[in-house]
Parts: sequence; C-alpha cells; structure tokens
Amino acid sequence: MLSYSLRTLTRMALTFLAIITIVFFATRLSGNAIDFVVGENITSEDRDLLIAYYELDKPVFAQYLAFLKSFTDGQFGLSFIERRPVSEIVVERLWPSAQLLLSAMALTLLVSLPLGIAAAIWRKSWVGSAVMVLAFLGYAVPNFVLAVVMVLIFSYWLNWLPVVGNGTPWHFIMPTIAMAGVLIAALTRFTRNAMLDVLGQDYMRTARAKGLPESRVILKHGLRNAGITILSVVGLQVAGLAAAGSVVIEAIFAWPGIGDLLVNAALRRDYPVLQFGVVTVALAVIVINAAVDLAYAWADPRLRQTVNA
Amino acid sequence: MTHSPTITVPSRLSAALSFWRRADPIQKLAILVAVGLIGMALFAPLLAPFEPNSQSLISRLRPPLGFERAKAGYLLGTDELGRDVLSRSLYGLRLTLMLAVLGASLGLVIGGVLGLLAGIVGGRTEAAIMAAVDTQIAMPFTLIALFLLAILGSSIEVIVLVLGLYGWEQYARIVRAEVRRMMKMPFIEAARAAGASPLRIAHHHLLPNIVSPIVVQFTLSLSNIVLLESTLSFLGLGVQPPTATLGSMVGIGRDFMPTAPWIVMVPAVMILLITFAVQILGDWLRDGADVRLRAR
Repeated sequence: MLSYSLRTLTRMALTFLAIITIVFFATRLSGNAIDFVVGENITSEDRDLLIAYYELDKPVFAQYLAFLKSFTDGQFGLSFIERRPVSEIVVERLWPSAQLLLSAMALTLLVSLPLGIAAAIWRKSWVGSAVMVLAFLGYAVPNFVLAVVMVLIFSYWLNWLPVVGNGTPWHFIMPTIAMAGVLIAALTRFTRNAMLDVLGQDYMRTARAKGLPESRVILKHGLRNAGITILSVVGLQVAGLAAAGSVVIEAIFAWPGIGDLLVNAALRRDYPVLQFGVVTVALAVIVINAAVDLAYAWADPRLRQTVNA
Repeated sequence: MTHSPTITVPSRLSAALSFWRRADPIQKLAILVAVGLIGMALFAPLLAPFEPNSQSLISRLRPPLGFERAKAGYLLGTDELGRDVLSRSLYGLRLTLMLAVLGASLGLVIGGVLGLLAGIVGGRTEAAIMAAVDTQIAMPFTLIALFLLAILGSSIEVIVLVLGLYGWEQYARIVRAEVRRMMKMPFIEAARAAGASPLRIAHHHLLPNIVSPIVVQFTLSLSNIVLLESTLSFLGLGVQPPTATLGSMVGIGRDFMPTAPWIVMVPAVMILLITFAVQILGDWLRDGADVRLRAR
C-alpha cells in the first residue's frame, strides 16, 4: 500500500511539473505578452518598467526558472487588468466553484445511483429502457444548450429563477442542473453496467439463499461491490468533466468561480491570471485523481492485498 | 503486386441497402438526419437564400414565418443585424462540420503516428510517448483549448490545430495496443523474416487490421469535437464574428433571447441533431466492431 501510494504521488508530481512547463512555454510562444495589455497610451518608460517587472527582458530559460521559483515563494505576479496579486484573485474564486461543484456532485449521486440500480434490476422491462434513453439524451445535449434553454424557459418565460450570480439558494438550481446533466448521464450508464456485472455473481445468490430481504441484498451486497468500480469512474471522468463544465456553466450564469475567471481572463488576454488559474485547476484535477486512485486501492481488498504483496 | 478487390457499383449499392435493412428505426432516423445535415452543409451556398453576413437594418429581429411581424423570404427569421438566420445556420453548420472533420483527422494522424511509433520502436520512445498520453488524459481538454486560443489568437488555423490536438491520446493508445498485440502474430513475423522494412510492415500489414477500432474512435471524437468547437465559439473564443458557426450563433443570440429566441433555437437544434446522429451511429458502429458483442 505504501509503495503504491508513493508511486501515485510521484506520478502526480511529474504530471504537475509537465503541465507548468507546458503552460510556461506556451505563453512565451505568443511573443511579448506586455503588448496585449499596455496598448497605445503608455510612455516608453512605463513600458520598460512593466517589462522589467514581469522579467520579460531576460532569456527564456531564466524566465522559466523565475516562473518555477514563483511556486516556492508564492509570488505569482499581478493581474494585467486588476493590478493586484493573481493568487488573491484566484483564491477568492475557489469557494464559489467548490460550492457549485459539490451541489452538482450531490445531485448527480442522488439521481444516477438509484436510476442506475433500477435500470440494472429491471433491465428487460420498460424501466430499464426509459432510464437508458434518458442517459443517452443527457449525453447528447451539450451543457451550454441545456443551460440556455433552461434560462429561456424558467427565467424569461416563467420568471421563476434568477440568471446571474450566486446570491441565494435559488441561484443554485439552474447551474447545478446544467452542470450535473452530462455527469448524471455518464454515471447512470456506468452504475447500471457495474450493477449488471455484480447481480450475476454467486455471492448474490448466496445472500438471497440466506433469506436476506431483497433491499439488503441489492444495497449491501450489490451496491457495495459495484461501488468500487463506480468510484473509479467518479474520479477519472468526473474530475475532467466537472472542470470543463464549470468553465462553461460559470461563464453563462456569471457565477463568481474560477471557470468564469478563466474565460474572462482568456477573452481579455490577462495572462498572469490565466496562467495561474489554469495551473490551479490542473492541480485540483490531479489531486482529485490521485485521491480517487488511493481511495480505490484502499476500498478494494483484492487490490489492497496485491499491492501489499 | 497488390490485388485490390474490384467492387462494382451495383454490389456497393446492395451493400448499402443491406446495411439500411439491418438498422432499427432509431438508427434509420439517425442515418437520415446525418445524410440531411451533410447535404445541407455541402450545398449551403445553393440552399441559403441570402448571403450569411449581409445585413439589412430595416428587417432586424424578425420572427420565423407564421409569426406576427414575420417578413416574407426570411423563413426562420432574422438576427439583431437583420441577417437571415437560416442562411447563417446553414453556413455555420458547414463550418462547424468542416472544422470537426479537419480536427478529428488531424488528431487521428498525430495520435496514429505516435501510437505506431510507440508500438513498433518500443523502449524509451514508447515510455516517453505513453507518459505524454497519461498527462493528456489527466487534463481536461477544454482548459487546454481555452489557454491555447487565448495566447495564440482565434484564427482558423489555430482553431483547427487546437481541435486537432483533441483525442490524439486515445488514438495513440488504441494504435499502440493493437500494434503490440499484432506484432506477436505469426504473419508479422513471417513478413519480417521475408525482409520487409518496418515501414512496409506498418503500412501493408498493421494498418489494414486496426481500421475498425479507429473508425469507432473517429466517430466518437467527431461528436466531441463538434461540442468542443461549439462551446469555444459560444464563449467567444472560437471562430470570430461576423463568420457564423453554430456555437457562436447561440453565444451571441443569447443576449437577445427574451425577445428573439429563434436566433438561439435554430442553431441549438442543429447542434442537438448532429450530436444525436453521431452518437447513435457511433454506438451502432461500436457494437458492430466489437467481436464479443457480435457473438451474442
């Protein structure tokens, strides 16, 4: 277990290093970043000051070292537009993003676990087909189309729900649903398949033969075993989908999270914010993936034993 | 000396017919939708009643025919600059599909070459390529695309490049796995013993055998790229105005939604139709290509 954890952590660190290296060299490819923000009305002294401040006059490799150093001393530079530390700007955005992500995850689990189990148990009846059709639709509808249609119906036509911001619980409804849509589709399909695998196992027959009530057979013996497989998909797919989804959904609903920040930084070419924001999200995804990896190893006794041996 | 089997036109037609007969009703619908969309994209210049970017300030925000204030000739209404929504949607569909096909092909070439290289050469090269694949899998692609478009600018070339980077890691994985499996087979050994060069082995003996998993992956990534391009254009980071793509029409039309919902609805429905058709056909192809499923 220990060597497995160490391997996971090493891989995590290497991936992170690769990502910050790519991020750095990609920004420098685009030429002089200063040009994009200072515009016309600036004196040449101010311009030189800014170039010196961002160390854009040094050789690329020295800039790279300075960039790496910023991860040890916590100085990530100033936003081109807001003129305050990017770390401050990004940190403010983390909690709203986390809130939206957590509520989307909660909705996803609440909806897709029961649906997936139902689809597996009543695989051959209309219940199973109906659930699979729903899951398929969830896959085919892009999240921004879902969001825009919801806004049209519930905000403009019915005037029930607010569109912009995250002030009240009402503000959570549409972004949460829009973000959870594709996650629900993915997880429902996956839960169904994992449950189908488990339902055919011998220990299920044993549990029934012992006279356990059906609900206990399904939940305790079925779901617990399927849960291990489900956990792996929650980590791998969900972290990626959620990061991509939060960019789009937060931008649509002007949700003050990190996805909205990234889109605006990209549109306004605010490189320090974009750079640091991308690195932060990447780090979050890597950490979630590694955590799920470890949880997976810990939850599966078979894996736990083989990695111990 | 190659003997390519000669396929006569009638037998191709009958193959297509038997394909059609085996489809269930939903798959038939998906085929019709796909053919319709491709036809509309190909013949957009003939079908579109107006130039997609020509403005008419006196006929702004007119609803589709059949509604109050509709203007004759503008079948699906006009947008905020008086441009014909139908014409823009047709050209947008054309551009969206073109970008998706270009992007998916580029990804196939990049991933395929790297996968072949990893599978055939092995050793350090393989380790390096697979490490890159793992890094790519761990990163949400929307983030990478957002970042690249912001620093390189949203020209069509950059957009194709960014979309072309999508999914290379899947192709690389598939191709490498198939190549490694196949390299152990007797017919490859025989070819090598006969003195065939690695390039010849790759081209003549490996490629024909990995076509079917690649076709399946290609469909999947096609539908994902349509979504990705639409999402980026929707956010304002993709193809720049006034050129229409389906995503940017939804993105810009969003501001006029309370009064003119048709500007958003027409391109949104087209996006839905594309993903619907591609997903159904992709599932079908996957079932057909999967030997285990076929045996059932």
